Amino acid sequence: MPTEANSVDERIGTEPLISRLMKRPELGAIAGVVLVTIFFMITADSAMFTLSGILNFLTPASQLAILAIGASMLMIGGEFDLSLGSMVAFAGLFFSAAVVNFSLPLVVAIPATLVFAALVGSISGQIVVRTGLPSFIVTLAFLFILRGLSLVGLKLATGGSTQLRGVREAVEGDWLVPFFSGDAFGGFFAWLASNGWVETFKNGTPKVTGIPVEILWSIGLAVLATYVLLRTPVGNWIFAAGGDPVAASNSGVPVRKVKVSLFMLTAACAALLAIIQVLDAGSTDARRGFQKEFEAIIAAVIGGCLLTGGYGSAIGAFFGSIIFGMVVIGLTYTNFDQDWFQVFLGGMLLLAVLFNNMIRKRVTGER
Amino acid sequence: MTDPIVHMENIEKHFGAVIALAGVSFDVTAGECHCLLGDNGAGKSTFIKTMSGVHKPTKGTILFEGKELKFDTPRDSMEAGIATVYQDLAMIPLMSVTRNFWMGREPTKGRGLFKRFDIDRANEITMEEMRKMGINLRGPDQAVGTLSGGERQTVAIARAVFFGAKVLILDEPTSALGVRQTSNVLATVDRVRNQGIGVVFITHNVRHAMAVGDRFTVLNRGKTLGTATKGNVTAEELQDMMAGGQELASLEGSLGGTV
Repeated sequence: MPTEANSVDERIGTEPLISRLMKRPELGAIAGVVLVTIFFMITADSAMFTLSGILNFLTPASQLAILAIGASMLMIGGEFDLSLGSMVAFAGLFFSAAVVNFSLPLVVAIPATLVFAALVGSISGQIVVRTGLPSFIVTLAFLFILRGLSLVGLKLATGGSTQLRGVREAVEGDWLVPFFSGDAFGGFFAWLASNGWVETFKNGTPKVTGIPVEILWSIGLAVLATYVLLRTPVGNWIFAAGGDPVAASNSGVPVRKVKVSLFMLTAACAALLAIIQVLDAGSTDARRGFQKEFEAIIAAVIGGCLLTGGYGSAIGAFFGSIIFGMVVIGLTYTNFDQDWFQVFLGGMLLLAVLFNNMIRKRVTGER
Repeated sequence: MTDPIVHMENIEKHFGAVIALAGVSFDVTAGECHCLLGDNGAGKSTFIKTMSGVHKPTKGTILFEGKELKFDTPRDSMEAGIATVYQDLAMIPLMSVTRNFWMGREPTKGRGLFKRFDIDRANEITMEEMRKMGINLRGPDQAVGTLSGGERQTVAIARAVFFGAKVLILDEPTSALGVRQTSNVLATVDRVRNQGIGVVFITHNVRHAMAVGDRFTVLNRGKTLGTATKGNVTAEELQDMMAGGQELASLEGSLGGTV
């Protein structure tokens, strides 16, 4: 061994691009997007891949992505949050009550909702790190607690109904609405239409009036989360906390703080989705976000997150969500029965887990 | 001989009624490898945990560079310059060598919101330090899981050395390794010693100790059975001391002296 100590490493740079790409956790999700696209290009009506068709499936996809990106970071940090879907309903209630019952302006109500959700998230986080119980069971409890509180709270806020209306009227004219609801770049699309570069209706208004804001939010979040994971010390701590909490903490990583912060972040992502959905619908109800926790976790797994933590990618979760949206909406463009969706979903999850397992063995050199 | 970096005098450690250490004295100087030998249950682990600040001694003093020190937490001893590489190595297999190397102490560049992990510098230094230790990585992003046991040990040692260890405690670094990997780790120990770091090498394998040790201290039932310098002691003598002398002598005959 000492003889080769000072020699130049001839192996550097010889690893082919393909094998380096094979090690990226998001590879599976990107391959999945390509496969699903090819599938629908063959089977679906050509309208699916027009601009309006694409935005049509990207909208639910990016709503899911907002949750899935949070869930993926938490999973990389070694924990789960099964209360995500219930948190959407609960934060939706808090937000709606703030603007309808207390007539708060959005500039107060939105930050208050995000902070409130983060605080609730920190409760489950603290319980998990302090007791060492699996986050699976702790957040399962919160799945029911928050769903129940949403129902009870809605009845209190409305005097007996499980739906709280009047959000749209309450926020009418608020300057923050365009950032959280509707389409962005409307002027740009109108300009494109006036030049005849995008499809228009007969009266000259463009068929696509802009990019739905949730798409921009999810892209922004995916970029930010990826930056944090790959290019900041905190990102390294997240991988370390999920990979081996004892080793990480022996090396000086504040594991508990990292984990609790991730729970707070995930909850805040759920609250952001709640705000977008409530502003869009103009009301909230107790079923909001129902079973979204599973979809978010599935998207994160398709995106390359290991169930055991310490490995995964936020951008992968984003692509995982796109696969999801493409399949849900895409089936309506085909002759298939839409209920194939669930079969597809399960199959996709199974494939992703098998694939991830293979990748993990490749990375760790396990045989 | 120069003054010791760490001098532990008459260390006693009681756990309730159990006396784990009953007056152990031990020191290590710069640039030497001091082997601490002992059979299972002899008190080796308790002793190094005292040295690295995990346990507080019941009695006795710890002098660090001549000054008396009290370690309340492992962090205190780490900051003083005592680094411990435990058997589990504190390595995360799924993470790259670079990310493991810098874990908890990442170099940054930029300020405020733009403060970020300086991955290029981290990669460069990691590759350099690994090369110095005689390990040529495929790349800095190679996962630790793909390294052999001996290479992982070396990464852990390199990390400790890079972050300014003056004393390096190695807890049974060779116990789970094959012949070739063991010799690699022993070569690493030699390299570290030549950099002027005091190495405390814990083992129950006399041959590994003889290969790199300058001095040998044997622990048995919580007591030191004396310290010998290289050349003044044979492997058999050390072996006998570790075993307490009697039983092994009678076994020796039937096993043909191979233990």
